[in-house]
Amino acid sequence: MKFMRLIWVNLLRNKRRTILTVLSVAVALFLFTTLRSVVTALDAVSEVGSEARLITRSATGITFPLPQSYFERLRAQEGVQSVSWANWFGGIYVNESNFFAQLAIDHETYLAMYPEMAIPDDQRQAFLNERTAVLVGRGLMERFGWTLDQNVTLQGTIFPGDWEFTIRAVYVPDDPSFGDQLFFFHYDYLYEGVNGNIIPGWYVIQLDDPAAAPAAIDRIDRMFENSSSPTKTETEKAFNAGFVTMWGNIGFLVKAIGTAVFFAILLVAANTMMMAGRERIGENAVLKTLGFQDGLLFRLVLAESLLITLLGGALGVFGSKLMFGPGNPVNSFIQGFEVEWSTVILGLVIATLLGMISGIVPAWQAMRLPVIQALRRVA
Amino acid sequence: MKIPILYNLRSLKERPVSTLTTAAGMALVVAVFVAMMALANGFRSALVKSGSPNNAMVLRKGANAEMYSGIARSTASTIAGMPFVARGPDNQPLSSPEVFVVIGADRLTGGMANLVVRGVSPKAMQVRQDLEIVAGRDLRSGASEVLVGEKIVDRFANTGIGETMSFGGRDWTVVGHFSARGAAFESEIWAENEQVMPVFRGEVFQSVTFRMADPASFDGVKQQLEEDPRLFLDVFRENEFYQNQSVILTFILNFIAVFIAGVMAIGAVFGAINTMYAAVSSRAPEIAVLLTLGFKPGNVLSSFLIEAVFIALIGGAMGCILTLPINGLVTSTTNWNSFSEVAFAFRVTPALLLTGMIFAAIMGFLGGFFPALKAARQPVIVALRQG
Amino acid sequence: MALVEIKDLAKVFYRDSQKIPVFDGVDLEMEQGEFLSLMGPSGSGKSTLLHLLAGLDKPTSGMISVGGANVTGMKRKELAAWRAQHIGFVFQFYNLLPVLTAFQNVELPLLLTKLSSRERREHVMTALGVVGLTDRSDHYPRQLSGGQEQRAGIARAIVSDPTIILADEPTGDLDAKSADEILVLLQQLNKEFNKTILMVTHDAHAAERAHAVMHLDKGVLSR
Repeated sequence: MKFMRLIWVNLLRNKRRTILTVLSVAVALFLFTTLRSVVTALDAVSEVGSEARLITRSATGITFPLPQSYFERLRAQEGVQSVSWANWFGGIYVNESNFFAQLAIDHETYLAMYPEMAIPDDQRQAFLNERTAVLVGRGLMERFGWTLDQNVTLQGTIFPGDWEFTIRAVYVPDDPSFGDQLFFFHYDYLYEGVNGNIIPGWYVIQLDDPAAAPAAIDRIDRMFENSSSPTKTETEKAFNAGFVTMWGNIGFLVKAIGTAVFFAILLVAANTMMMAGRERIGENAVLKTLGFQDGLLFRLVLAESLLITLLGGALGVFGSKLMFGPGNPVNSFIQGFEVEWSTVILGLVIATLLGMISGIVPAWQAMRLPVIQALRRVA
Repeated sequence: MKIPILYNLRSLKERPVSTLTTAAGMALVVAVFVAMMALANGFRSALVKSGSPNNAMVLRKGANAEMYSGIARSTASTIAGMPFVARGPDNQPLSSPEVFVVIGADRLTGGMANLVVRGVSPKAMQVRQDLEIVAGRDLRSGASEVLVGEKIVDRFANTGIGETMSFGGRDWTVVGHFSARGAAFESEIWAENEQVMPVFRGEVFQSVTFRMADPASFDGVKQQLEEDPRLFLDVFRENEFYQNQSVILTFILNFIAVFIAGVMAIGAVFGAINTMYAAVSSRAPEIAVLLTLGFKPGNVLSSFLIEAVFIALIGGAMGCILTLPINGLVTSTTNWNSFSEVAFAFRVTPALLLTGMIFAAIMGFLGGFFPALKAARQPVIVALRQG
Repeated sequence: MALVEIKDLAKVFYRDSQKIPVFDGVDLEMEQGEFLSLMGPSGSGKSTLLHLLAGLDKPTSGMISVGGANVTGMKRKELAAWRAQHIGFVFQFYNLLPVLTAFQNVELPLLLTKLSSRERREHVMTALGVVGLTDRSDHYPRQLSGGQEQRAGIARAIVSDPTIILADEPTGDLDAKSADEILVLLQQLNKEFNKTILMVTHDAHAAERAHAVMHLDKGVLSR
């Protein structure tokens, strides 16, 4: 593009103004990218989970446990490959702000059901063989600087007292949205520690065939409908999605803020372009005298505007992507938080839109500039 | 002598587009800031206003949430009989042993929520002072009835008076709605503790809340109950307990508010800097004249600073006005501490609006500082020649 | 046919619904290779005539043809393209773009052509050579003296080999020595390269450098 130099040189005309505008756009797009990533990460979490695994919990609420006898009855169902269960432990590690999920699981059946967790064979065996062993996500190891075979103590809240564990295995999930900060230990250990005063929190059921899920769900819930603990069964995916909705109307909040940010920065960018436009009235008149077409001037101004916003946009969007790379601190709250490529592209599209809208008025003015009057002003 | 403010005001009128766009940018930043702080404010109020410093709340030792606690009937009776528990006009102890469970329900606006079902004693409304039945009537002892908190009504199914809710394997008739002056209790469903207990939990309460005969003696009360080896309890002032429950979420909300508003502010300040530099540039001849007339550079500096702050304040006012409609808007989220739904209203207070204006003024000051400095340092000759 | 033909040209300005006639029924003919000066009191419409010739403005009535092309009949878009090729304009205040070097300023009209970068460079260096600015080609206007700036302006005006050069008070802002250099340059362009030049000026001495001097006064053009 032979006009590139002209456009570029116009940007450098007032370096401070150009840089500040570029930075403004960068900052806005950084914010947009980060916010949207919250939404996409939560969406991703609600996509995690197999369609061939079901979660059966108490119909009254997730906090109500289910009878142990349900285990055999669920296993006996047709199309069921295996059944396991888990309990929420809810313990405190050192202090309350070190939040992470701790689950007591029926270790053999549970681990077999979750190939998503990649565990070295020797560690897997060590975990399965030892009553007080813990299986921990890699993210958690990094977060607290734990090492393999180290002892960890949790203060019980639901189950009072101090509980001692030894880390024997570390898993890496194949999908980051699965979460790499989970803490698994033996249900038997918990059972012993409360003298048998505990029953399963919820059951996990592995089906042979995901297509059988709807029918299985129906059968299971009807089976327990009139018992002391009626159940609510759903696919694991639906279960996770439900949890995400507990946050509330985040999507709306993010959209509202995103819109405000867009307009705020639009004003900044538009103001800059208009100031630049006003300064160049005389020069634009000279260009027209030299034979530059109206339409060409329109495009040149627009190109200048786009260059600013795309530069700023790229800076902001990629800045966010780099900042929230793997292992970023937000992962503790929202598993698998990262900036997706779809968000990057959307950000660049918005930057383009920003450039076009902020440049349209000055571009139009340049196009329609009455040359003679403008020349008179210069002289 | 100071440069008259009228000069600044007139200059703003000369550049209406520039002034308005800069002010509008600031307006949006202030609006977002105030809105988010109002959100955090609302949430905090819901939990801060929950509970009274005159009441003590007792949980089993080590339980950091009501849900995890378990207190035997005998213990609850023992507590009620203690001398530091205030007595009502009927000379009965103002003590409410309560059952706390969390049930799953679907929000009418979509999505899942965990609602608190609190099994209360008949004394509960007296123990907690700000509670009021706003529709229908109070619970009848022995009946399968519930009262629904104001903030849940119309946001969940079957919450109207006369309708029937179904949970825990039983049907419950909604007989009334209650308000608690914005406290977290307004997101709860209340039933009689004796009705709830067998359905869910067996023979334990989750908490005992009582009015202290002498609120100043809290420390003594705490010591006595916690050190008794038979009882195995933790004691909190009721309001402090709820305040602590909100710590994480309040922190998150405040952090988000500051982060978002801060980032937006940077963008707005940059915009203001550009505008002010342009203003200083174009008014160089005027500045030269002012300097020639005998105004000092310091006067010029403050004059431009005032102008910048003024634009920002216009923006701030616009932004504050923008946020007024959201005051009172109800939204909800899950308080992960108590694992239950808490609905709260955006709270835009005069103090918050003032904070918004101060925020705007700071943005204006930052945006105007260097340009104002440039104006003040301007050599007179250069400016005159430019004119 | 003459290179430039102006027939019965009239131009009326409107200010707040008041009619201000500038000239009414002006005729002019210029042959290829003529160097003409145009003098007259201020407000007589000299610059307006130049603007009309360049197609920057439309007459109220009358006809202008340059190099056989009917300027008055062309549409805006056509005019711009035509002007780029056939008109070279020299301004009193040079009007160089301050953000471009002398070379880049002179190159501007060529950006509108289909010439390659290398070809453009050749033309620009040639033009700069003619005006004697080769050693200052990468200087910015602020680094040039008034006379040098105007020479760059002239180089820009001739770089696309236009049919006619229109100069509006080219020495108006220059000291005597620089003014003289510019006038010598213009004469050189006319004698050596056979350029047709129409120059508007206040300065009678400058005007005499041309083949003939015309006067525009109260809307009447006379030799």
